Amino acid sequence: MSVLVYTESEQGKFKKAAFEVVSYAKAVADQMGTSVTAVAVNADNAESLGNYGASKVLSIKNDGLSKFNAKKYAAAIEDAAKNEGAKVVVLSSSANSKYLAPLLAVGLDAGYVSNVVEVPSSTSPFTVKRTAFTNKAFANTEINTDVKIVGISNNSFGLVESDGSASVEDFSPSIPDSGVTVESVDKASDKVAIADAEIVVSGGRGLKGPENWGMVEELAEVLGAATACSKPVSDLGWRPHSEHVGQTGKPVAANLYIAIGISGAIQHLAGINASKVKVVINTDPEAPFFKAADYGIVGDAFEVVPKLTEKLKKFKAQNA
Amino acid sequence: MKILVCISHVPDTTSKINFTDNDTKFDTNGVQFVINPNDEFGLTRAMWFKEKQGASVDVVNVGGPETEPTLRKALAIGADTAIRVNTPATDGFSVAKQLANVVKDGGYDLVIAGRESIDYNGAMVPGMLASMVDANFVTNCINLEIDGTNAKAVREIDGGKETVSTSLPLVIAGQKGLVEESDLRIPNMRGIMMARKKPLKVVEPTDATSETSTASFEKPAPKGDVKLVDADNIDELVNLLHNEAKVI
Repeated sequence: MSVLVYTESEQGKFKKAAFEVVSYAKAVADQMGTSVTAVAVNADNAESLGNYGASKVLSIKNDGLSKFNAKKYAAAIEDAAKNEGAKVVVLSSSANSKYLAPLLAVGLDAGYVSNVVEVPSSTSPFTVKRTAFTNKAFANTEINTDVKIVGISNNSFGLVESDGSASVEDFSPSIPDSGVTVESVDKASDKVAIADAEIVVSGGRGLKGPENWGMVEELAEVLGAATACSKPVSDLGWRPHSEHVGQTGKPVAANLYIAIGISGAIQHLAGINASKVKVVINTDPEAPFFKAADYGIVGDAFEVVPKLTEKLKKFKAQNA
Repeated sequence: MKILVCISHVPDTTSKINFTDNDTKFDTNGVQFVINPNDEFGLTRAMWFKEKQGASVDVVNVGGPETEPTLRKALAIGADTAIRVNTPATDGFSVAKQLANVVKDGGYDLVIAGRESIDYNGAMVPGMLASMVDANFVTNCINLEIDGTNAKAVREIDGGKETVSTSLPLVIAGQKGLVEESDLRIPNMRGIMMARKKPLKVVEPTDATSETSTASFEKPAPKGDVKLVDADNIDELVNLLHNEAKVI
């Protein structure tokens, strides 16, 4: 009756979110007096999950799973959960985990809660805190089924190292056919994805035009950050939809969110509010974003941003 | 092609969120309800299939009578028939179960729902529904073409997008990109008049127990004031981010 956790990897390498979900699963397992079993698909160094609290890793090596497929992956995790008699399954908030989670929930007859931000406040009834109303509130939600699925919000728990070690076992689940086939993937490999990013640098209409995004990208590069934009910017076609963050765009739960030339409409703030530290740079001291931010600079982005980039470069060089 | 569009009845994006009854219920006082934005993109795409490919488009909501104005709006935009499953929406699983019943009864080929509702943000109903009716499923869908029973869809992934081929029956969880913001339709007078005469069927719910329940809500702790840094003193910002916020 261990806690099962699905750990994501890309080209064999675990994503940071994988270590975070294992850390979270370990905390839940400690509450329940049990241990953590991780499921890894085509990942190298499966034993490294032991550093974050996994006691056992079910390592799946299967060429049929080389491309993500929600139905097949859900079936593999379902098989592992049943095999282990898991009562709790922990997932991340990545696009892929959120894709497979509802399929897994039906397969396991498990109640599923997404966007969870803390360890359960109680294990009986099993109660978790999750965001609701697009980060304008939290809900304390009970899961009433025998098996429970918890999807945790990125960067909400962090990484917690553990001094245990994990045994690695080969696992060969039965994989069903799927009616969905990936034809092509279009992904910028040199860019940090918003969902994976610890820092996000975001630009708004205050930047006046797409030709001025160079300084946003430079700032992001120094910080190892993802770039994002406000809704008007994506509607105007200055930046791709995939960068639009806010209530109808992507949610952001970064450790640091830097908003440049974004006034801070309520829909934008809702989407980024889960970020821990918010910095705003805007010429208008009355911009609503200043009420939501932790740090602010009233000033012209065209002067402030290049200077900030320079200062950060120096800072990084000194602290490297 | 028979299309069913799932419509969530949600507070307008500008709503202030408050709770009543000891923080156990959402306070609907003074709140304007709208079609969930993610569903509206899907509804508009469905209208395109209706006009260009001769599809029929029904809309469905699981909820009490208070959601009917939202369904009427969908009819005014151009849906043919609305269905309301007469039971409060309690959790993702029970809503998916009700929808599965409607899908099976109506023999729909394509179900378009939103990626998530902007109130509970569960992002689970479409996937659960697809599993329950054994249909193919694509989430975070930003492009959809149907040719006979074949479908081509583009899904947003972390850091990019993915093109997939699949087939009907299909459940889509859509979002902006399925159509552009500028393609969204505001109901005109003729649409509103016609919507009054279109059928809005109320069906009784099937047996479905909730798997989760919300015991209470809370609002984020009030935020402290912003710390302003002078534009000529950017070292100070770097210092604060490093030593105080500890994020760099």
